[in-house]
Amino acid sequence: MEYSYYPGCSLHSTGREFDDSVTAVFRALNIGLVELEDWNCCGASSAHSLSRALSLALPARNLSLAQAAGHDVVMPCAACFNRHKTAERELQGNPERRRELEQAVGFEYRGSIAVRALIEVLHDAVGLQAIRERATCRLESLPVVAYYGCLLVRPPEVTHFDDPEHPVEMGRLLGALGADVRPWGNATECCGGALTLTQPKVARRLVTRLAGRAREAGAQAIVTSCPLCQVNLEMRQSGFSGRMPIFYISELMGLAFGLEESRSWWPKHLIDPRPVLRAARLIA
Amino acid sequence: MPTDERSHPILDVPLMERVNALSDQQIELCYHCHKCTSGCPVAEEMRYGPDQVLLLVQLGQKDRLLRSADLWLCAGCETCATRCPNEIDIARVMDALRQIMLAEGVRAADPGSVKFHRLFLFFVERLGRMNEAGLLGAHKLWTGNLFSDLGSGAQMVLKGKIPLVPHVVKGRAKLRRLFGRPGTGAALPQDGALGPDAQGD
Repeated sequence: MEYSYYPGCSLHSTGREFDDSVTAVFRALNIGLVELEDWNCCGASSAHSLSRALSLALPARNLSLAQAAGHDVVMPCAACFNRHKTAERELQGNPERRRELEQAVGFEYRGSIAVRALIEVLHDAVGLQAIRERATCRLESLPVVAYYGCLLVRPPEVTHFDDPEHPVEMGRLLGALGADVRPWGNATECCGGALTLTQPKVARRLVTRLAGRAREAGAQAIVTSCPLCQVNLEMRQSGFSGRMPIFYISELMGLAFGLEESRSWWPKHLIDPRPVLRAARLIA
Repeated sequence: MPTDERSHPILDVPLMERVNALSDQQIELCYHCHKCTSGCPVAEEMRYGPDQVLLLVQLGQKDRLLRSADLWLCAGCETCATRCPNEIDIARVMDALRQIMLAEGVRAADPGSVKFHRLFLFFVERLGRMNEAGLLGAHKLWTGNLFSDLGSGAQMVLKGKIPLVPHVVKGRAKLRRLFGRPGTGAALPQDGALGPDAQGD
């Protein structure tokens, strides 16, 4: 199994531990993961807010690189995934726009490779059985909730990911690691996304509510697969009952796989997760 | 007697057509069931909310819409789009309204948001990737909001999370053409909002 890898800008900055843990986990699972050469930013919220043409052209250039590399491309970041799926959909279903994009980027779209979310690849291609077998350190003492946020699941005709209102794949992956996965009703509620910088008060309200609901569900931590959700949840969380750490799904996989390098991920968090991991007797 | 064959006694067809074209949606299908507003995470902060924004487009209330802070409160979470029985993606409608606002040189109700998106694309246009240190620093200077989030910003720099030296994409000359600016050998016609005359901040 071999994949191209599109980390996106966040995984090279605020989401460093996401990048580190994804590459470590793929190494541990013996799956090839080769970073796309010379990839560019997908444009994120800013491109689609100001220009539709640009919001499609930026991801289309990356798709041309991925097509040349010849493998499906894995995107851990939910926002990058969403923007590239949007461009992929236009290339597949809108001949006029496809011609425009092909001409602008200078390639011919063949539809030979697909954009894949990290969760999707782990759940469908790697499989729960393989992950369960590799998870030597069971996470039974760690109560968590699986948080998907918006852009992995919505809109479903773009993302084709799991179920838009009741997704289950991340919960199953965590279950395969032995984690105590708590049911809750806020798995796909918005954290505020880019509003964290433009409307910080709104983001604070959304994030604090999410953390409160996770606590009510009995969780000690929230697990996500989006670097924007992760940084929002750690940066904008307030409340009376302390602040709850936010893990990337790949970090908990690395921990359950017993990977040595997991030690270097925890200090990178804005909310130190080590007290929770120590209390659960998962680290010394 | 209507002079324009597209005119309608209640609906303002020209504005709706413009928004439809920019957003790939069919706003005329909205029958105001309020599912969008019921599930919207920021509706309580908004003056109109998603379904009334659609109503205002249908009624051609352009000035009211373009000056509304609602345009900049939409987080683009796509909950409305997922639940709409008529498959209207209101987040795309909000984008279209932002673009019309900028193209028409209307001042944004929240100029800080426009500045943020402009700066973000400024860096992507020149470097090919987002540079967080530059983006956050420049946004602070431009908005005069110098002291917010200094603590977590400093923490991130110390943890090595905000690279101070930007990465530069090799193919950036060709990439710049995607921004469609006149005089750059523009590869793509733009929607108006990025053009040299666009205001809004």
